[in-house]
Amino acid sequence: MKQTQAEKIFSVFNISFLLIFSLVAVLPFAHIISKSLSDEVAVLTKQVTLWPIGFNLNSYQYVVHSKQFITSLGVSVFVTLAGTLISILLTVLAAYPLTKKDMPLGSLISLLYIITMFFGGGMIPTYLFYKQIGLYDNIWVLILPTAISPFNMILMRNFFESISPTLEESAKMDGASNLRILFQIILPLSKAAIATIGLFYAVSYWNSFFNALLFTGKRSLMPLQLYLRNLIMSTTDLADSDWEARAKVSQESIRAATIIAAMVPILMVYPFLQKYFVKGVMIGAVKG
Amino acid sequence: MLLYYIIKTRDIQKDVVEVETVLTKEQKGKTSPRPDSRSYFQKMAAYKELYLMAIPGIIFLLLFKYLPMYGIIMAFKNYNVMKGIIGSDWVGFKNFIMLFATSDFPLAFRNTLILSVYHLSWGFPVPLIMALLLNEVRSSVLKRSVQTITYIPHFFSWVVISGIFIDILSPSSGIVNTIIQAFGGDPVFFMADPRYIRSILVFSSIWKEAGWGTILYLASITSIDPELYQAAAMDGAGRLHQTWSITIPCLLPTIIILLIMRLGNIMDSNFEQVLMMYSASVFDVTDVIDTYVYRVSFTSLQFGLTSAAGLFKAVINCMLLLTANHVVKRLGGRGMY
Repeated sequence: MKQTQAEKIFSVFNISFLLIFSLVAVLPFAHIISKSLSDEVAVLTKQVTLWPIGFNLNSYQYVVHSKQFITSLGVSVFVTLAGTLISILLTVLAAYPLTKKDMPLGSLISLLYIITMFFGGGMIPTYLFYKQIGLYDNIWVLILPTAISPFNMILMRNFFESISPTLEESAKMDGASNLRILFQIILPLSKAAIATIGLFYAVSYWNSFFNALLFTGKRSLMPLQLYLRNLIMSTTDLADSDWEARAKVSQESIRAATIIAAMVPILMVYPFLQKYFVKGVMIGAVKG
Repeated sequence: MLLYYIIKTRDIQKDVVEVETVLTKEQKGKTSPRPDSRSYFQKMAAYKELYLMAIPGIIFLLLFKYLPMYGIIMAFKNYNVMKGIIGSDWVGFKNFIMLFATSDFPLAFRNTLILSVYHLSWGFPVPLIMALLLNEVRSSVLKRSVQTITYIPHFFSWVVISGIFIDILSPSSGIVNTIIQAFGGDPVFFMADPRYIRSILVFSSIWKEAGWGTILYLASITSIDPELYQAAAMDGAGRLHQTWSITIPCLLPTIIILLIMRLGNIMDSNFEQVLMMYSASVFDVTDVIDTYVYRVSFTSLQFGLTSAAGLFKAVINCMLLLTANHVVKRLGGRGMY
């Protein structure tokens, strides 16, 4: 197609606009990364903009030597890994029976999931109940209450439904049990969907902080996001500071380095995220 | 969130249809070629493995979602830690009356609505405009790069995003204030200034979610029949004209559905974001219902009062969502996409 003069001009403006938009998305990150890598004097005299000045890794050394950081990192890694595995298993088990349209009570079970998307007990009743059943200050409170997301469950169910039923029927003819059909026929065909949902769960476990804020008080159960929150909120809370290291690092660089540390795992899976998330959203939107 | 809701509604629509078809099937006995002579329990027995699979999920729902709901009765009680939820005295709607007699709750209610309207009026058009602009980009490499970059912030937590904003807007060391000072201005404490904090909340959420919000629009655009554009080009319509009279009308159903879902969600106030970004000096303009419940619960321990606040919000939210769903379902019934 031939472009008119006006269209060419528009095209130039359009591309510049989108590039500016992308820059706005990236610049704050670049700034924080530079801050975390610059030396103390440059940070305190506000020379750092988008490139590290006096490149060094002191703030990262400081961060990884902080005991609480290591504890919190451990909590977050455990919650993310264990949580994702548990969530995938429970979601698959919950979703598969609901693909059987003529199962008695099946639609009632679906309804039970859907209601929770609209209505819940609320912060305080939930808090008191979890406390009562011994979940307060228990590592499982960071996993179990969010183990099945109804939204992901329905996404999974929709995907299972898109698998041709003839496969299942022929397996049934051969006398395979439902459990075997699920694990030997359905799941191998659902790898992409499972990856999508696994990533959904992993990101939400990694990023969550409010459950930890509400349901835990012990520092040994503090996930990384909550540790970072405390670091951002307070100006003096460096309880486990190693004074020698501190002398060479500014508070701001430490904060910047911790922010980056909390971002790194997400950045590492980002290529997969982009591929599968977009696909996942499409499964839901197109299939729905 | 937007995508979440649109998917959600569509699935709920589907469930309603399913429930209906299952019911009619059962009534007409069409589940098998011959009329099904098995009793209900015999039929259930045939599915016993599937019920076993469903059990962990049902236990999950009961334990973590439904049993906590019994605490809602606290909203109608004068909750006393010593007496417990069951033992506390019933007070009817006194908590709700008290709630509106305080100065904090009506303020939080108002702030929730105001912030939602700001988020809606500024945040809603941005992804749409971006999607339309992205659609005009010929080079697929450039298009994909812009998408890749602008999706990133969506995946970071509000803790990370707030950390970044608090840093760059800091009055003593933030780069924004460094620039202001370089031009001879006075440093501004943005995060603690009631004049700026709402704009920061709105801007940062656009910054985080706008790129991601384009996905559904871009998907809808690709499903538009290319023949429409060819025909329009034949008739001599330029790109702008084509966008105006083909792309936008074709996107209208998506836009309307997303808009209705946003309206259904108006009581939700980006709780984690506000919790991260607000501070005592800006409570008056940023305290929303959720932060009110959290703060007041754990400072004054008036659990009856705050449960009432939570229930008030949950009920309005639920009604709005159901209404929005209903409207979208009726629109969706016309087969909009």
